[in-house]
Amino acid sequence: MANTMLRRPDVQTVPISFTLNGKLQELDVEPHELLLDVIRERLGLTGVKRSCDVQVCGACTLLVDGRPVSACTTLAFEVRERSVLTIEGLADDGKLHPLQEAFIEHGGFQCGFCTPGMILASKALLDENPDPTEDELKHFMHGNICRCTGYKKIIESIMAAAQKMSSTAR
Amino acid sequence: MLRRFRLEEPQSVGEISELLGRFGDSAKLYAGGTELLLAMKEGLVHYERLVNVKGIEGLNEVKQHNGAIYIGALCTHHQLETSPVLKQNLPALVKLEENVANVRVRQVGTLGGNLCFAEPHADPGTLLIALEASLTAEKSNGKREIPAESFFVDAYETALEVDEVLTTIAVPIPAKPSGVCYMKFGYLERPSVGVAVVVNLNADRSVVDDIKIAVGCAGPAPMRVPEAEALLKGKSLDEATRNIVQAGETSGRASQAISDLHGAQDYKEHIVGVLLKRAFHSALSQ
Ligand SMILES: Cc1cc2nc3c(=O)[nH]c(=O)nc-3n(C[C@H](O)[C@H](O)[C@H](O)COP(=O)(O)OP(=O)(O)OC[C@H]3O[C@@H](n4cnc5c(N)ncnc54)[C@H](O)[C@@H]3O)c2cc1C
Ligand code: FES
Ligand code: FES
Repeated sequence: MANTMLRRPDVQTVPISFTLNGKLQELDVEPHELLLDVIRERLGLTGVKRSCDVQVCGACTLLVDGRPVSACTTLAFEVRERSVLTIEGLADDGKLHPLQEAFIEHGGFQCGFCTPGMILASKALLDENPDPTEDELKHFMHGNICRCTGYKKIIESIMAAAQKMSSTAR
Repeated sequence: MLRRFRLEEPQSVGEISELLGRFGDSAKLYAGGTELLLAMKEGLVHYERLVNVKGIEGLNEVKQHNGAIYIGALCTHHQLETSPVLKQNLPALVKLEENVANVRVRQVGTLGGNLCFAEPHADPGTLLIALEASLTAEKSNGKREIPAESFFVDAYETALEVDEVLTTIAVPIPAKPSGVCYMKFGYLERPSVGVAVVVNLNADRSVVDDIKIAVGCAGPAPMRVPEAEALLKGKSLDEATRNIVQAGETSGRASQAISDLHGAQDYKEHIVGVLLKRAFHSALSQ
């Protein structure tokens, strides 16, 4: 509310409500506000990163209704009535997600800048394809770029998590 | 950084067209935004109004009717790569869609936006030309059909008028026995060369009854190559197979390839020939 009152009356705002990591959020956004800025600057969740800003690198990956999108090129109003997952919402009550554990165990990151996007994209993959081949994994993940690891450890981490998740699901 | 704009959210194609007509160059239709927002963030273009079309019902479906597939312009690449109707009838288009951009761009980018932006380094236009698809353009007071072949005018330029909305892409399902293949080559984010072949054989598969060849990405706009088709059409399979190298050279020269970041002109012309040969053989083996 305070939001709208601070703005000039001729400035258009769109009231949106959406779930962010399972909690309902209601706020007014201007049409040109980007999802990345709203999540980082207004809502304070900085796991999502800006890097290339042109939908190539995947550092800004978020899941919207379970599917990966580039927050750097998504208008914030587009998530109205949807559900958004950031890396901060992945652990369950302090217990890391199997993908997070696998990335730690298998050294799936070095500087960590690409990691939130990598983990969220691979979650979307495993949710739709719990037992991917390495080729399927590479195809799905080819839009997530890592400058450090050389990818081998990332692939190992995701494959290990897939195995662990399907054995615990059984 | 994006500059401020007003958001319009009309509920019908007529209203969209009316807004686009009324505001002219200061308004732009907004679908997935994967191209438009990039251009606006770069400051290359600015619009006072964006007209969001995603509220329009019925434009994000794939339907089959009377031997043709009707694709709503708002279908995302992701919808198309997973569409059961397309998997059944046009697997070559499904394969193309699976390889457009990356998973995030496919999630929100639409087929309509891809065609209307007419960025030269794009895939679907080339295959749609070879498939003799027809595009429906609508405005407040009527609609018209535009053959895919004449839709692309130049780089970033289509046959659409300011107040026209692309609503449907109709693709005739090729009569059997036939083969359809699209192949691309590239090492950057977007394709550098794309070639599409649609071939129809006679009943005992010994004669090339009909063939359509289209080339894209190399030059400013995707195009059909009738000179190359003539070298193969009506020929026995043996003769057509012998002529394919010449058809490839002809297609390369016709492609209007330009030298740029994606490669030199002669290099692209060569790749056109290589891809045509491979696509021809792949189409024959279907
Ligand atoms: C990183 C990256 C990689 C890519 N790689 C590929 C690739 O490998 N192959 C490929 O083919 N493409 C590729 N693309 C392009 C991608 O396919 C398009 O960005 C996408 O399909 C555009 O759709 P959109 O809905 O986001 O369009 P928008 O950005 O919303 O619109 C684009 C333009 O089309 C106009 N428009 C949109 N819909 C209509 C309509 N129905 N009627 C009239 N005008 C309309 C808009 O006004 C705007 O001018 C890539 C893009 C990116 C960002
Ligand atoms: S910052 Fe969004 S894809 Fe690179
Ligand atoms: S760990 Fe540094 S970019 Fe991937």
